[in-house]
Amino acid sequence: MKILNSDPASKTADVIVIGGGIHGCSAALHLIKRGVSVTVLEKDYVGCHASGVNAGGVRRLGREYVEVPLAQASYEYWRDIKSLVDDDCGYRVSRYLKVARSDEDMAKARQRVVDLNARGFTHEDVVDQETLRAYLPAIAPHCVGALHVDGDGSALPFQTTQAFKRRGEKLGVNFREETPVIDIKRHASNWHVETHKGTFEALTVINAAGAWGGVLAAKLGDDVPLQAHAPMLAITARMPAFATNAVIGALSGALSFKQFENGTVLIGGGVRGRALPDSNRTVLDMKGMSQFLSTACDVFPIMKRANIMRTWAGIEGYTPDNLPVISSGRAEGIVHAFGFSAHGFQLAPGVGEFVADLATGVAPRLSLDAFNVSRFQQIDRASSYI
Amino acid sequence: MSIDIIIIGAGPAGMSAAITATESGAKVLLLDDQPTPGGQIYRAIEAAGDKQATILGPEYMAGKPLAQNMRSTNIEYVADASVWQVTDEREVGYSSNGQARLVTAPAIILATGAMERPFPIKGWTLPGVMMAGAAQTMLKTSGLAAEGAIFAGCGPLLYLVAHQYLQAGVKIAAIVDTTAKANRLKALPHIPGALRRWDLLSKGQKWQSEIRKSGTRIINDVRALKVLGDTKAEGLSVNAGGTWQDIPSDHIFLHQGVVPNVNLSFAASLDHDWDEQQLCWRPKTDQWCGTSIDGVYVAGDGGGIGGGLAARASGEIAALGSLAKLGLIDTAARDSKAKTARTTLRRELSIRPFLDTWFRPSDDFRVPTDDDAIICRCEELSLKDIRDTIEIGLVGPNQLKSFCRAGMGPCQGRFCGLTVQELIAKQTNRPAADVGYYRLRPPIKPLRLEELANLQIEEDENIKF
Repeated sequence: MKILNSDPASKTADVIVIGGGIHGCSAALHLIKRGVSVTVLEKDYVGCHASGVNAGGVRRLGREYVEVPLAQASYEYWRDIKSLVDDDCGYRVSRYLKVARSDEDMAKARQRVVDLNARGFTHEDVVDQETLRAYLPAIAPHCVGALHVDGDGSALPFQTTQAFKRRGEKLGVNFREETPVIDIKRHASNWHVETHKGTFEALTVINAAGAWGGVLAAKLGDDVPLQAHAPMLAITARMPAFATNAVIGALSGALSFKQFENGTVLIGGGVRGRALPDSNRTVLDMKGMSQFLSTACDVFPIMKRANIMRTWAGIEGYTPDNLPVISSGRAEGIVHAFGFSAHGFQLAPGVGEFVADLATGVAPRLSLDAFNVSRFQQIDRASSYI
Repeated sequence: MSIDIIIIGAGPAGMSAAITATESGAKVLLLDDQPTPGGQIYRAIEAAGDKQATILGPEYMAGKPLAQNMRSTNIEYVADASVWQVTDEREVGYSSNGQARLVTAPAIILATGAMERPFPIKGWTLPGVMMAGAAQTMLKTSGLAAEGAIFAGCGPLLYLVAHQYLQAGVKIAAIVDTTAKANRLKALPHIPGALRRWDLLSKGQKWQSEIRKSGTRIINDVRALKVLGDTKAEGLSVNAGGTWQDIPSDHIFLHQGVVPNVNLSFAASLDHDWDEQQLCWRPKTDQWCGTSIDGVYVAGDGGGIGGGLAARASGEIAALGSLAKLGLIDTAARDSKAKTARTTLRRELSIRPFLDTWFRPSDDFRVPTDDDAIICRCEELSLKDIRDTIEIGLVGPNQLKSFCRAGMGPCQGRFCGLTVQELIAKQTNRPAADVGYYRLRPPIKPLRLEELANLQIEEDENIKF
């Protein structure tokens, strides 16, 4: 990579994506397919953080109402994920159930389905205890029903993120790993992104920096009070198959639960450990972990005798309203796509399309108003950076 | 009463550290995963009698007074305690009697010892194949020995166990020595340094000559090995000096040295260095065995291979370092009490450059050349599987692990970590140190889910002395 001057003709690519997580990789893939040249700058390796180590839920169930259209749009991509990335991504279609452990839970579930139907979405329904037990005979007797989506499922997150990368690479995306951004400045009509491997230059920069996206956004004049957390996961030794046909959550209490075909069980629930984004480390909180493990035992008594093999956590960025930022920035030529608050994995194939729209001046086919970066803007800053 | 020092591991280092610390008035909690104290080297030492003394020798019996001493001091010793986490805030998570607990202390000494280096040859996962250290464990704990076994590999322990077998009157089919001829020349310059433990060198000579005298077949200049058999070991195919020969046996004991067991120290996020001489990772330590985390110490073979006596000495040094840090002794007392231990440690480590060079396992035995040799036993991944994953661009241990699951099984990388690291280094032409190691996470041992779900946080008054 040669060091470039400020001549617009010598730019690195049309678009620079900062962050090689699944959202950066998806945006890059959508852009290159439209003939837009892209360079992705990743400070570690692709899929190193939350994108590669999450629970892999491909879930529309239980999302915030404003997010449902995005999830539906992504679902259409997931259904044919192989044609998008030339890899099956370990994608498995089953059913997703949020289990009700009380009558209050059931009432909550019924109300949600009514609300969704009123908004024109019919993918979620409520199943009764008998149906739930038919799906999952190992479930505890006090589970009285569930909120349910047929057709949700799961994928392997690292394999998926790598598949997006490899497909993009094949079509011409330039991936630069171990290339942290040191500084970003605007010269004439181009953005200059400085790294220790040289300065990269483009008309448009996409901030897909995940937990590090808030710092970058601030540098670009957009305030997002992003917090880094480390959602924790645990996996067990192989067990007899008792829940390989569904992904399970709980309507109250933290739980996300999935048994793989090899018998291992992945348990999460959004309980957070300590994230140290500056040193790329996470510290696990075993007291917090015991919360969702006891929920798992409560829902599936067989889990009491399971052996935990490993626990881990990725570093993820959370916004105050737990909704992502998918938005043009205040400065020209800036697009943000970060802050997915631990539920961005399923959204990536579709959001990549909309981010590519924003980066190329095309109007997205869905409204992104709820995800605008300006919702956090507190101070009317001088735009001296431009 | 609150705990001053938590010591993890009741082998030579842990027991010495516990005794030294208690003598100066520290309240010590000693956690060990075995039913009785001793670690690997002094395993089952409390039950040892005259018969064991004859078979296992005086070095083993030297553990008996140490264990007695540990028992007679006021140490809170918990056997069968599985430690699964140590945090940078000096919180120790452990399980015993079906209950998981968290307990903190101002000082923690990790004395988790060594483990055998993986020996990934074709067929090494078949029933009937085990590591020589495991064969020795059977001898120590149950008096069990396998008649007509093959001992294959290199390193002092291989000959020690073979010699113990002969002392016990058990026949050995063959000793297959994989020590590279070229090592001898390289080790020559280290002989003067090793002379301080000349007794050890001559003991090795004595074992070898007694083994030879017993008529046991010894095969040298071994370049490649394959275990024969489909569903269980039926023998060993040996390439010695370029020619293959098959030796039938149901029992094959492999060994190519020991390395620090770093699963806990890595999971505690201590800084580590790659040791090119011993071909292993070791936690970074200062002269008092202190690590990159304030108040966390590493003693014994877990900090670098030095053997039982070095472990005892470094256990004392780590205890003195923590005592001074806690203000239970002053630095002058610390320095003077440590003198004998330091002399011992220097003497014991003086022979290491010679031993490490002479017994350096050959490249082809650390990274196999047979495509179908299993690398990751838990997930049954062969050399070819791992190589293919590296080839598509997953060139770091953690990328590779996330992609193909190597190192994700119950052993948590103990059987494949070093092999995968060196394989990546070889295939991408990088130094092994740059490739790094798996990121290790708690629990470092499988943990019953119900125990963690019912986690108890130890309050001070729950600890009784």
